[in-house]
Amino acid sequence: MNLKNISRTTRQNLVTYAIVIVAFAVIQVMSAAGMLSNSLTGQLIPICSYIIMAVSLNLTVGVLGELSLGHAGFMSVGAFSSAFFSVAVGDALPTWLTMILALLIGTAVAGVFGILIGIPVLRLQGDYLAIVTLAFGEIIKNLLNAFYIGIDGSGLHISMKDANALNMDESGRVIIKGAQGITGVNRMSTFTIGFVLVLITLVIVLNLIHSRTGRAIMSIRDNRIAAESVGINVTKYKMIAFTISAALAGMAGALYAHSLATVVAKKFDYNTSILILVFVVVGGMGNIRGSVIAAAILTVLPELLRSFSDYRMLVYAIVLILMMLFKQSPQIRSFCASVWERLRFGRLQAFFDRKKAQNTKKGA
Amino acid sequence: MALLEVNHLGIVFGGLHAVDKFSLKIEKGQLYGLIGPNGAGKTTIFNMLTGVYKPNEGEIILDGMNITGMHPEKISKAGIARTFQNIRLFNDMTVLDNVKVGLHNQVRYSTLSGILRLPSYHEKENIMRGKAMSLLKIFGLEDEAYQKASNLPYGKQRKLEIARALATNPKLLLLDEPAAGMNPNETAELAETIHFVRNQFGVAILLIEHDMSFVMELCEKIVVVDYGSIIAQGDAQTVRNDPRVIAAYLGGE
Repeated sequence: MNLKNISRTTRQNLVTYAIVIVAFAVIQVMSAAGMLSNSLTGQLIPICSYIIMAVSLNLTVGVLGELSLGHAGFMSVGAFSSAFFSVAVGDALPTWLTMILALLIGTAVAGVFGILIGIPVLRLQGDYLAIVTLAFGEIIKNLLNAFYIGIDGSGLHISMKDANALNMDESGRVIIKGAQGITGVNRMSTFTIGFVLVLITLVIVLNLIHSRTGRAIMSIRDNRIAAESVGINVTKYKMIAFTISAALAGMAGALYAHSLATVVAKKFDYNTSILILVFVVVGGMGNIRGSVIAAAILTVLPELLRSFSDYRMLVYAIVLILMMLFKQSPQIRSFCASVWERLRFGRLQAFFDRKKAQNTKKGA
Repeated sequence: MALLEVNHLGIVFGGLHAVDKFSLKIEKGQLYGLIGPNGAGKTTIFNMLTGVYKPNEGEIILDGMNITGMHPEKISKAGIARTFQNIRLFNDMTVLDNVKVGLHNQVRYSTLSGILRLPSYHEKENIMRGKAMSLLKIFGLEDEAYQKASNLPYGKQRKLEIARALATNPKLLLLDEPAAGMNPNETAELAETIHFVRNQFGVAILLIEHDMSFVMELCEKIVVVDYGSIIAQGDAQTVRNDPRVIAAYLGGE
């Protein structure tokens, strides 16, 4: 009894890993066979970073139970800090080392921002937290739009006016150019790197959820007063969840930034935050595997729907509504369950049942 | 020295003295009943003892430590555990995980060893599972260990709350209407379990209950409150014959 159930959660996790690994293998084979369209190939790295975003946001929204509307803000911080690093370094270091360091820097800087934002914000609850995180996302976007940062022999130069105001000597290079963002980013990200990062994210989040810390975080979500009454330090565990979530978003940002030649702040706006939230809600709150699948499908879907041209977003919206209906409605769920049951065990039984029904009909 | 010493505890809600000059001494391992009519301030007293409300006056001393106005989390660590009148379980977690959350400060390992699944994770998780299962066994919940807490029937949810509270290894256990919603059989069974828990864990228990026969039989000492003040205190016999208690419950001059 004991062992069987322990392995049940482990089995659930293994299925999640297996899905990701198999999907990766299939895509590698398809791409080697030339079966992937160009647009789909271009989507592979964004899919990976959106999966990481969705899984990490699920940690805040589904596991901790706090609504965050500024997740793209952390992605943006990770993207800019890592791209700044890799552009500043140029080709002074080997590419693989630059990439690893860029990823680490993106993760760390976003994590620090997570702590800084978390200290005031996590004292708030519910709507207030949502509003403040929303504001954070917008502030980050607008700040990055306004900043000019350059580097020369004497060090960093920062201005909020324009590139000339940086007052650099001849060796100076402008790295962040206000609304133009960071240009000339080395496109080091590959699908394999993205795949490895997705796996790392899954290991971190799934192991966290099934540990002492994860249980403490979920207990806060389920009942804060009861959690306090059994000696859970609510602020501490909220901070842990929020910071890990932010750091992973930073990692996703770093991955994403290095798949583009130009990183601009408006890529990481309110709409992106909402898009990630849609992945989480459609995939299911607290359901990590759901987030992975929803993020992958909903990122690819607009591409697949290209032939519908004008009706693309309409179909997208309808698909979203249908997915929500399928998830929420008890009738549809029990219908699916019965279909599934019939497919697995009840095939023969169902056949006889039908036969019996026909016979009675004939008799009548 | 008494395990819990409460002196002249009082709290005011916008001009209303919800609790006034409440004093109480509980010895180690004592079974103490707290009774009174509805709205007498019983749960408010519990909320002050566990730090949910900060008292306006008076002091609470647990085992020689002044815990007045401390945060609930600190009070739990100091050794007071409680259940709630309106059950507060971690509904989306399994029965076993509910108790494991109760063990949070008893069996510890770091977040990092949890994420990296270091040897200490496996070792400590095994200890936790063993402790949690033996607690569930006491309350006859071991077969439901992997069910969601919200799927338990009402009586079992109450028991799970007690199991979770015991998991924090308290010196004093506060039970807020543990027998509410139970039938006579379940109530008798609960009384046995409470006795067993007291003897097994040596924990003092203070309980609020409206089922008078339950309180009178179970508790060694009883304190009666009405309108926030103590009106009687003593063993079951004394309390039962006190004219003010009779007046409070049955009405009278």
